[in-house]
Amino acid sequence: MEKLFFLMFAAVAIASGLAVVTARNPVHSALALIVCLIQVAALFVLLRSPFLAAVQIFIYVGAVMVLFLFVVLILDMRKAVLQAFPPVKKRFVVGVILVLMAQILAFVFVTPMGLSPAGGWEPTVESIGRMLFTKYLFPFEVVSVILLAALVAAIVIAKERR
Amino acid sequence: MPDLATLLEILIIVVKVSVISGILFSLPLPLTWIERKVAGHIQVRLGPWRVGPHGVLQPFADMVKLLIKEDIVPERADKFLFKLAPLLSMIPAFLVFVAIPFGEKFAIPFVGKEITLYLSDMNVGILYILAIGGLGIYGMILGGWASNSKYSLLGGLRSSAQMISYEVSMSFAAIGVVMLTNSLNLLEMVRSQSGSFLDWNIFYLPVGPVWFVIFIIAALAEINRIPFDLPEDEGTLAAGFHTEYSGMRFSFFMLAEYVAMVTVSVLTVIMFFGGWNPPLDISIFHLVPPIFWFLGKVILFIYFFMWLRFTLPRYRYDQLMTIGWKVLIPLSLVNILVTGLMII
Repeated sequence: MEKLFFLMFAAVAIASGLAVVTARNPVHSALALIVCLIQVAALFVLLRSPFLAAVQIFIYVGAVMVLFLFVVLILDMRKAVLQAFPPVKKRFVVGVILVLMAQILAFVFVTPMGLSPAGGWEPTVESIGRMLFTKYLFPFEVVSVILLAALVAAIVIAKERR
Repeated sequence: MPDLATLLEILIIVVKVSVISGILFSLPLPLTWIERKVAGHIQVRLGPWRVGPHGVLQPFADMVKLLIKEDIVPERADKFLFKLAPLLSMIPAFLVFVAIPFGEKFAIPFVGKEITLYLSDMNVGILYILAIGGLGIYGMILGGWASNSKYSLLGGLRSSAQMISYEVSMSFAAIGVVMLTNSLNLLEMVRSQSGSFLDWNIFYLPVGPVWFVIFIIAALAEINRIPFDLPEDEGTLAAGFHTEYSGMRFSFFMLAEYVAMVTVSVLTVIMFFGGWNPPLDISIFHLVPPIFWFLGKVILFIYFFMWLRFTLPRYRYDQLMTIGWKVLIPLSLVNILVTGLMII
């Protein structure tokens, strides 16, 4: 039963992922990306991590994609539909895709995959919080500083335009 | 072949889902009538009066009108998205009710089987509700864009900006309640408020009332009601994002809006007003089934929202943004600090 659900979500995720790059209309691409992100959230539920699933929907689907759409809607649609999407040579695009694929495959084969140790770490909200503020405190702080820097930079750029 | 007990469980879930969706689908009928009556009496007039005694059949007449009205799709619209948008705004409004508890347990008379008065006891309940509730915005943006009309697009853009701004402070209010009750689970939230009304989160002085005010203001903006109904500001935008919609498609947007109002009232009751706990811990109050306490409080809040709608004027767009970013968010940040200090 669980396998069936996994296959369903994975298939829809891949199909919608393809639709993101093949759709001519940027708004349709954005919609396909939303579908794809929701499938990923469903996969998190299958991995017994409802917290991550809720956060995925909350942040990516509920906030990031809304901002994406916000920008896309102000685009000039007729121009955007006519433009070839990556405004660079085909050879370059293929190269980037190959490098990314090699990275993913390396990641898949090198990292030890499999089930998490039985009776070990349970991904509840409490344990995630505990981990973030003990074992992974340093990466957590680094990420927040980076986000803060991005925020300040965005404000500075927006102010200069005036 | 699954055994009988599993089948029974599945059957119970199916029945519960259909009962809840049935109630939600038919809710706009009484709610529109009550809303127009409240409006009438606040503005010293009668409200609906002609169709049936005191106009009670007015919503049915409206329903028939909406059903037989011509369904117009603008010629230059993005047909697919135009048809999808009302559903995108309605489905999340219903999905939220998966996680909302209406009470603890209820024994069916004569059978002796206990059923729970909630569909799913999620341990991330409040997070799920905020996440799914936030998705309704896509119906507005995409509907506004797909209509291919200036008014609709501006309405859609306004609504997305408004909802993103106020989602932040609404989530902060939820964080505050989570800090007070130590749980993301809505059932746990209600259990921790049992006792007299002094145990309710709103009376958790001094931070409780502040969280309540932040939550109710942000919630008003999220469900697009006066004083924050700028996405459909008829003075400047015709009807906002649903200018081009007619008939049933339009009523889907209205349905989503009414369900969202109920959701917000239910959430307020669960988070701040003790859910189904009676206001005083005395035996007479415990004779009343808890679900009635719950419904009574929810109805009070629904009335409160209608009352506000016909009492307050609409804010200007810049005022709306100022309230969201310069008042509510700093206030909630300070309040998180105070709440944290109090808990320690």
